[in-house]
Amino acid sequence: MREVTYSYAINETLHQLMQKDERVVLIGQGVTSPWYVGTTTVGLISRFGEERVIDPPVSENCTTGVAIGLAFTGMRPIYVFPRMDFMYYAMDQIANHAANWYFMFGGQLNVPMTIWAIINRGGEQAAQHSQAIHAIFAHIPGLKVVAPSNGYDAKGLLVSCVNDGNPVIFVDDRWLYNLKCNVPEELYSIPIGKGIFRKRGDDVTIIASSYMVHEAILAAEECEERGINVDVIDLRSIKPIDFDLISQSVKRTKRIVIVDGGWKTCGLSAEIAAKIAESELIKNLKAPLIRVTLPDVPAPASSSLEQIYYPRKEKIVSTVQKIMEV
Amino acid sequence: MDIKRLPQEFIINLYETMLKIRVFEEKVADLILKKEIICPCHLYIGQEAVATGVCAALRKDDYIFSTHRSHGHYLAKGGDMKKLMAELFCRETGTSKGRGGSMHIASIDMGIMGSSAIVGGSIPLAVGAALGFKIQKKDSVAVAFFGEGAVCEGVFYESLNFAALKKLPVIFVCEKNHYSTHMPISKILADPSIYKKALSFAMDGALVDGNDVLKVYEKTKIAVDSARSGEGPYLLECLTYRWRGHVGPNYDLDKGLRSSEELEYWMKKCPIKSLEKIMVMNSILSEKEMEFIKLKVENEVEEAIKFAKESPKPPQTEDELMLYVFK
Ligand SMILES: Cc1ncc(C[n+]2csc(CCOP(=O)(O)OP(=O)(O)O)c2C)c(N)n1
Repeated sequence: MREVTYSYAINETLHQLMQKDERVVLIGQGVTSPWYVGTTTVGLISRFGEERVIDPPVSENCTTGVAIGLAFTGMRPIYVFPRMDFMYYAMDQIANHAANWYFMFGGQLNVPMTIWAIINRGGEQAAQHSQAIHAIFAHIPGLKVVAPSNGYDAKGLLVSCVNDGNPVIFVDDRWLYNLKCNVPEELYSIPIGKGIFRKRGDDVTIIASSYMVHEAILAAEECEERGINVDVIDLRSIKPIDFDLISQSVKRTKRIVIVDGGWKTCGLSAEIAAKIAESELIKNLKAPLIRVTLPDVPAPASSSLEQIYYPRKEKIVSTVQKIMEV
Repeated sequence: MDIKRLPQEFIINLYETMLKIRVFEEKVADLILKKEIICPCHLYIGQEAVATGVCAALRKDDYIFSTHRSHGHYLAKGGDMKKLMAELFCRETGTSKGRGGSMHIASIDMGIMGSSAIVGGSIPLAVGAALGFKIQKKDSVAVAFFGEGAVCEGVFYESLNFAALKKLPVIFVCEKNHYSTHMPISKILADPSIYKKALSFAMDGALVDGNDVLKVYEKTKIAVDSARSGEGPYLLECLTYRWRGHVGPNYDLDKGLRSSEELEYWMKKCPIKSLEKIMVMNSILSEKEMEFIKLKVENEVEEAIKFAKESPKPPQTEDELMLYVFK
């Protein structure tokens, strides 16, 4: 099978989806720009034209609502935010409107909409250009949230998002863009709500998603060399979450490290921890679970601070070692 | 404007301020190319007359609110150059202790109340400050700087309406530099005229040549005087051009976003060169005296770079301590 970069996989998927389904419209800041969203939208404007590839003014609140309105006419909008940080302007349309519309009118009108939300951090970009706020969306009833960790999943999940009848947040981390993996050329889908094991081991379960899966795998490899065998779960979907998979693993390992690229308080890691605490799993744990997340602080600019701000492999390895000592 | 009415000293100061911004920014461009500055910098080259002319009409106790393109505003309002350079190097001695970088600088003592990298994000903050001045019966004014990109955000219109409704002493300064990232004005605004939008909110507005520092000063002075005397807000549209690309030291020509003819046209309208001509014509400064000022400014920038490079990086300790004020 071919090896392609993650960003190529997204670009190819968009081309194929738009080719196959005339209802698909791409809208959002930078979809015609040479740099804004990496190379993920290359060639779309020349192939599909300005009616279906819309690079709007900076009017996130309005244009997100516009995309919802488009969906009401039977279209399948994909709305892209080149950074999650800019989503706050659109929060009202996402949370009050897209998320509620189906329920609020007794199931008369659904919102088949993909909200492609890019995490773009590092490089001293500071607090308003670095955020990973997937947990905020997972909090809101009516939304689904997926977060692929590689190009194969990105393709399959993007297809599922576009085919889903609900508003789905497709979380996309730019730290993944240059990573390569095998990706089939033809379209296929990956079910929303299903996680996957990336590594198997009986000592500790690491639960991760999106980019952090890579750090978790690297950490697991290093732990293996030190004689600790780790299950690495890639959630792929944040909401709904694949708790069956977590149970399956934790029943064996009885030790849990949750890794998340977002903040700690009320974050994804907190939700997973709560679910575990509510289940039978908690009775048999050999050690209290440990979370590896961002500290509860805005992203700093300085690269010396970024180094300690973003958790990496080393932090995960030391956490796994710590939990094994209990 | 009748240049004779202005003290020579004042005009020389305008010149020095614009030069400071220009030399500073060009050095920053070099430092980015050398990878000594890493944080994303949106350069102000070409727009110097706007910040300089506007801030020349302000007092120290007036507030300004800035954007991602913040360096010019900061220097024109009297911010310390060393601290700015140190912030671009993300050092502990920077305006924001290295936590903010280029897009987030402030100097509260000088009335520089911070800069938001969210397009349009700082506009309502200026409105709020103006409300505060009014409630406290202070005669200060607040200025919101923003680009024409921000005119596409709803918050711009909400801010105009609220400010006009409450007759607040706030000046909205739109720097129409022709681009919003990769998009020309024609692709983002149905009606490119910005100052006319003031009409819809029953407030005053004016269009000004944003490359003419004297005209910018003159119009701002009118706006500020009127705001100070309780006449309410003012919308100033300053027509200008950014020479470099949206972010970083390049020109965005290679990317096919604009033509070199267009850039050359605007470079001929250089705000600094224009003032130099006026000064020579009116015997305010000789070429030699201008050379002297240039050297002085270059020195100041070199000093700032030295200061920044010698400054420590933020210590890798618990940053949580910075999160809340303990009082
Ligand atoms: C809410 C939001 N959306 C998008 C962006 C990305 N962005 C950064 S600057 C910019 C264009 C701003 O144009 P303008 O307001 O004219 O200011 P200029 O860059 O020309 O100074 C955009 C879209 C952002 N920072 N914030």
